[in-house]
This record gives sequence, structure tokens and C-alpha cells, in this order.
Amino acid sequence: MNQFEAPFMNNVPARPPSLHNAPPDAPIRQPPRLALRAEGFNAWYGSFQAIHDLTLDIPMQSVTALIGPSGCGKSTFLRWINRMNDMIPSAKASGSLTLDGENLLDRDHDVVALRRRVGMVFQKPNPFPKSIYDNIAFGARLHRTMSHAQLDELVECSLRAAAIWDEVKDRLHQSALGLSGGQQQRLCIARAMAVGPEVLLMDEPCSALDPRSTASIEALIRDLRSQFTIVIVTHNMQQAARVSEQTAFFFEGRLVESGTTDTIFTNPSNKQTEEYVTGRFG
Amino acid sequence: MSGTLRNQAVRTLQNRAFLALCLVCTSLSVLLVAVLLVTIVTQGSARLFNQAAVDAVFSHGELGHIPELIRWSVLTNFASRRPDDAGLCAPLLGSVWVCLTCMVFALPLGVGTAVYLEEFATRTRFSRFVELNVRNLAGVPSIVYGIIGLTAFSRMFGLFGNPDGTPIQIGDPDSALSLRLPFGPSVLAGGLTLMLVVLPIIIIASQEALRAVPKSLRQASEALGATRWQTTRLVTIPAAVSSILTGAILALSRAIGEAAPLLVLGIPVFIANTPSGPMSNFTVLPFQIFNWASRPQVAFQELAATAIIVLLAVLLTLNALVIYLRHRLHHAL
Repeated sequence: MNQFEAPFMNNVPARPPSLHNAPPDAPIRQPPRLALRAEGFNAWYGSFQAIHDLTLDIPMQSVTALIGPSGCGKSTFLRWINRMNDMIPSAKASGSLTLDGENLLDRDHDVVALRRRVGMVFQKPNPFPKSIYDNIAFGARLHRTMSHAQLDELVECSLRAAAIWDEVKDRLHQSALGLSGGQQQRLCIARAMAVGPEVLLMDEPCSALDPRSTASIEALIRDLRSQFTIVIVTHNMQQAARVSEQTAFFFEGRLVESGTTDTIFTNPSNKQTEEYVTGRFG
Repeated sequence: MSGTLRNQAVRTLQNRAFLALCLVCTSLSVLLVAVLLVTIVTQGSARLFNQAAVDAVFSHGELGHIPELIRWSVLTNFASRRPDDAGLCAPLLGSVWVCLTCMVFALPLGVGTAVYLEEFATRTRFSRFVELNVRNLAGVPSIVYGIIGLTAFSRMFGLFGNPDGTPIQIGDPDSALSLRLPFGPSVLAGGLTLMLVVLPIIIIASQEALRAVPKSLRQASEALGATRWQTTRLVTIPAAVSSILTGAILALSRAIGEAAPLLVLGIPVFIANTPSGPMSNFTVLPFQIFNWASRPQVAFQELAATAIIVLLAVLLTLNALVIYLRHRLHHAL
């Protein structure tokens, strides 16, 4: 060993620090890549604190369900992830909320770029009063210039991915307002995907839909989880159990418990969580 | 259950009485409009329509005389001392020119202000102050705007002008695009003055139109990564455009009927040429009507009625145009 290299070498850890105490022959496991991470996150509307000291990891390419009674802060948290709360003047937040290490709460964080990476589907289907085609092309046209052929392809791909292509392929240039509620919601999911986001936020996407449309949206969510990081707010316990891999239970602005959906629903460690998921309160 | 039961028969009677009252009110206002129209038409039709051609077409079915039904000379002649030669060519075209000039300035300014107040401004003290003032301006009598127009546009606060008192000429005086400072009693000054009158109407109507666009559409657009301006241009304004145009119709109707603010500018009542550009002299229909109606001769009062019919016809045509446009835009979505 060269004597000039020695001091430098001493500073390089052999393994990631967290694994320092692992036995030397243990396989080095990469921790799952964290897409989203809230740490000491607080949110306010005016003087009302909607979220208290939230720390939560949301892993990539999986579905995370946020559950809890109305007013518990889950929608507020969701709306901070793509900064939709910027539209509400009294909304404020502190702490850190990071996406791949960048703090989304920074004042000068580019929200337009953020929303290209983090799409959102709302509670009530909100298609634009434009044609089906123009609804899907809207987001893509905002961000890049595309040829007609590219745009046609994108529209088809997005509609296929949202499992609605067969129903609308013959009326792409008719108004999107002529679709049924469930179709409109799948159109909105297709519209969000056409921008090419990494994260999809869904704020009770099925609450305005009938059971059949709900089933089709849930099937779609399960299909999409290999491609996107999905965070879904839902009031429907069965829905959370059916579609999600992680679940986080909120109560009165605090995170009570989070973990795999299996654990939360079958073996929660907190009494409140158990009562909520079994329907005894909330 | 406590209390005594109300008399059912009395309640039914009250209901009928109120219905009757509403019907009386409605028919009274309809009656008023009908009386007005009948009076105007009976007084004015003699000079607008060609009696011989009317007889030929309607009594004898000679359809070849249809183009002669209207005495076109009333529309193509200039004002005259002899009622039979008098026409309203100058005020008719003057009204059209001034109203178009007015709308060219008022629409972008008004819609722009409304977009700022509704889409961009946060509820600061400044934006509240602006809104309060817009609402107040809507109630200001139009003659007051005439004084402002006279000072600001016609005379330009006396800031411009050659030493001998003549206006400064920019460009070839014979060209339609030349400019004169100050504007004097020109089409441009008239249009800008009327703009002051209709601006609050357009701003308020556009604000209401933008406010009626569901918040969910703006959220959808912003969630896709649209900037506020992209959202406004691609989503909010297209969704509000038909209501904005309704506001524009109201504004146009107001502008075409205004005489008072233009009177203050010192526009001539007799003029023997039609406007050829923004610096031309002009007169307007309401002013001509006012002038003719105040003369003692019956013939001129008939002419005034004729001019009112023409004014109403122009108004209805412009309204129809805007309604057609609104319909087209609505279906283009």
C-alpha cells in the first residue's frame, strides 16, 4: 500500500454505515429506494394545524393507501406532495418532504417541473370540456412539442394503459363530457399518465363512482403499480386492502401507524388502528 | 302538535293573488315595450319604407319590387335642411366606427383586468381596492366620462399642440393611419371615451364569467403542470368565453346608445362625410335622433323615429352577430 493513500483509505467505509454492525458474511441488502419521504412534516391552514410532525416513507413502484376518518389530514398530505395547496393562500407547511432527496417544500422548487413528475387524480372526475383526444393531449402539449403522429401514439398508449381505449377509440374527437362517470375518471387517469409522471396521487378516486366503475378503477390501479408510485387516499377499507401494499393510518392530523397492508389489516400494533380498520370507529 | 292549523283556503287564495300580481307586472312591462315599438314604427315607417313598393309587393305580389321596399336614400343621404332629402348615412357609419373602436380597446383591457383580478391577484388590499373602484365606476353617470374623455383624449390635458394652437400632425393627413395630437373630436377620442363608459361593465361581466368556471378545471390543469397563464389561456378563458361575450353584448348595447359623453367631446351634428380613419370627424345616431327630435317640424320628428328604428336594427344585428359567435365558440370546444 502506498503511504500517501493510507489516510484517505481509512475514511472510506467498507459498507453503508447502517450495515456496519452486520456480520461480515451477511449479503449487503440495498434498502428499497425511497421515492417519497416526509420527515417532521407539519401543515397548516391559517392557524389550524392539519398535520403534526409526520414522518413517513413511501416506497417506489408500489401502492400506498392513506386511510383515516375525514379531517385527519390525509388529503392535505396528498395535496402537498404535488403542491396543489399552493392554490390555497392560507396553506403553509414546515419540515421536509423529499422526492429523490429534493425538498418539495422549498419556496423556489419549480412546481411546474414537480407536477410533471407527480400527477394527480381528483375525487370527482374533472375532464376538460374538450374532446377525449384533446383531454389526453393537453398535458403533453404543455410540456413538449410533438408531431401529430407522436401525439396520436401517446393518446392511444395512455388510453390503453387506462383500459379505456376500446370504449372510446371510435369517438376520440367527441366531447369527454359525454362519457359516464367511471369512464371520465379513467380518462382523467389516462390524462395524468400522458404527462409521464413517476408518482400518481389519487384523492378518493372512486368515491363518486358506482361499484362497477370502482372495480374497473381498482383493477387499473393494480395494473399500474409496477410502473408508478401510487399514493391513494380512500375511505373504503376494503378498497385499501384490495389495492395497496402499504397502508398508513392517520388520526387527527397524526400518523398513528404505517406498515404493509397485511400487517395493518390483520395484525395492527395500535388499538385505534384495529378499531378503525375493523369498522368499530370512524 | 301545537298551534292552530292555518286556513288552507286562505293560503290558496294568497297564492293565486300573488301569481296574478306577478302577471300584471310582467304584462305591464311587455305592454310598455309594445307601445314604444308601435309608436316608433308608426311614426318612422313612412320615411323608412317606400309605400308604393309595399303596396306592389304585399297587395299585388310583385316580388320584383322587394329591393325597393326600403327608401335607401334615408340611409345613404347626409343630413339636410329639407326633410325629404335628409338621411342618416354619417351618424349610422359614425356609430359603427365609434362602437368598433370602443370594443377594440375595451374588450382586451376589460378581459385583461378581469383575468388579473380573478386568476392572478391574491386578495391583497390593492386588488380589493381595484375591485371596489370598478364597482363604483359602473355607477358613474356617463356624462362624467364625457368630461374625462374631453380632458384626457380630446385635449390631452393641453400637453400637445403647435404654438399656434393647431394640433400636431403625425404622418400624412390624408392617410387613414395618420395621427393627430391631441385627438380632438375624432373617432379615436369618441371610441376611447365610450371605452371608459363600458369598461366596468365588461370587467364585472368577465369576472362573473371567470368565477363561474369550476375550480376543478383549474386544478386539473395545474396538476398536469400547466402554468397559471397556460391554465388561463387553455382552460379558463375558453370555458368562460360565451359569458364574456354576453357581457360584451351588454357593453356594446350601452355604447351604441350613448349620446351624452360624446356630446361633451363637441362632435358636430351636421357632417357631410363618413369616417375614413381613427382621426376622422364623426357623429352618432343617438345624437342625430336628439337633434331631429328637438326640431319643431313634424317631418323631422318622423325622421327621428326612422333613425330610432335604424338604431334598433343596428343593435339587433350586432347582438345577433355576437350570439352567433358565442354559439360557434361554444360548439368548437
